[in-house]
Amino acid sequence: MTNGRQEIDHHIDIAPGDEHLEGGIRERVLGYLTGLGLAILLTATSFFVAGTDLVWQPSIPVALVVLAIAQMGVHLVFFLHITTGADNTNNVLALAFGVLIVMLVIGGSLWIMANLNHNMMPMDQLMRMQR
Amino acid sequence: MTDATLAYAQSDPHHVRAVEHSGPASKRIVTAYGFWIFILSDMVMFSAFFAAYAVLLGQTAGGPSGGQLFDLSNVAIETGFLLASSFACGLAMIAADARNSFWFQIGMAVTCLLGLAFLTIEGREFASLVARGAGPTRSAFLSAFFTLVGCHGLHVSAGILWLLTMMAQVFAKGFRADIQRRLLCFALFWHALDIIWIAVFTVVYLLGSAA
Repeated sequence: MTNGRQEIDHHIDIAPGDEHLEGGIRERVLGYLTGLGLAILLTATSFFVAGTDLVWQPSIPVALVVLAIAQMGVHLVFFLHITTGADNTNNVLALAFGVLIVMLVIGGSLWIMANLNHNMMPMDQLMRMQR
Repeated sequence: MTDATLAYAQSDPHHVRAVEHSGPASKRIVTAYGFWIFILSDMVMFSAFFAAYAVLLGQTAGGPSGGQLFDLSNVAIETGFLLASSFACGLAMIAADARNSFWFQIGMAVTCLLGLAFLTIEGREFASLVARGAGPTRSAFLSAFFTLVGCHGLHVSAGILWLLTMMAQVFAKGFRADIQRRLLCFALFWHALDIIWIAVFTVVYLLGSAA
């Protein structure tokens, strides 16, 4: 294919967002269609699960988080072409570091704030003591 | 190199690359990789807003909660528009790789229209919330909501400006290598916004209206 990717030396890494396969337009469109189909399926399931009485209620938040992470994976693979291939290692490592920081920020904040809410004196008592 | 290490090197694809690697990576890889790092840092910034929202979810100061405010069918339509626009962007990039100006411009125009539809629905939602007295100043919960969703909306707006710029650049300059690099970065940006939206509709709307 004659595109900007002619710069690529086929023995080294691949740019994030570039597709590995040398397939024609048909194969690439099929790849995007697969991603779109999976994404629609996962989104529809998310919205269905959130509003239904058919599943055990306490499981719903966990199910929603799992569905969201699965859909992010679908987008990464089919739209951003971040894969497990050897030519993608650098991109995946950068992503892994980003995910680590995201997990630390969100998990750490929730943990600390839950702890504070649990251990701190209720506000009205605190106000009474200051009088 | 002995035969044994050579055999080992050839069995390990990473090692072989290191041996055969000559000179720095191509400009396309360096540019896209740098932009990939920027996108990841953007996601770290969003994670701070998500953490603030999750922590402040219950702090409604006696005001309305998410369950009373959010219209989930509206959010589903928004999600559909953004997903379709991400798909159209992918098709436009295939057209760009095939150097087909016509289908590239069509794909980008569709991407743009779907993005604008998304922004219109979001703007209407914000306006109706403010009109109902549930603006960002009402409670800590609503401040966090407007900051997080508004920040995503600002990113989409910036993306649309970038999209129009790229349409004009391809029209004026054609598919030069530097333009192709910019297109690659734009595609990364647009798809990344859709990934962040997955987190937004799950955490903010679906989990937020249950709480």
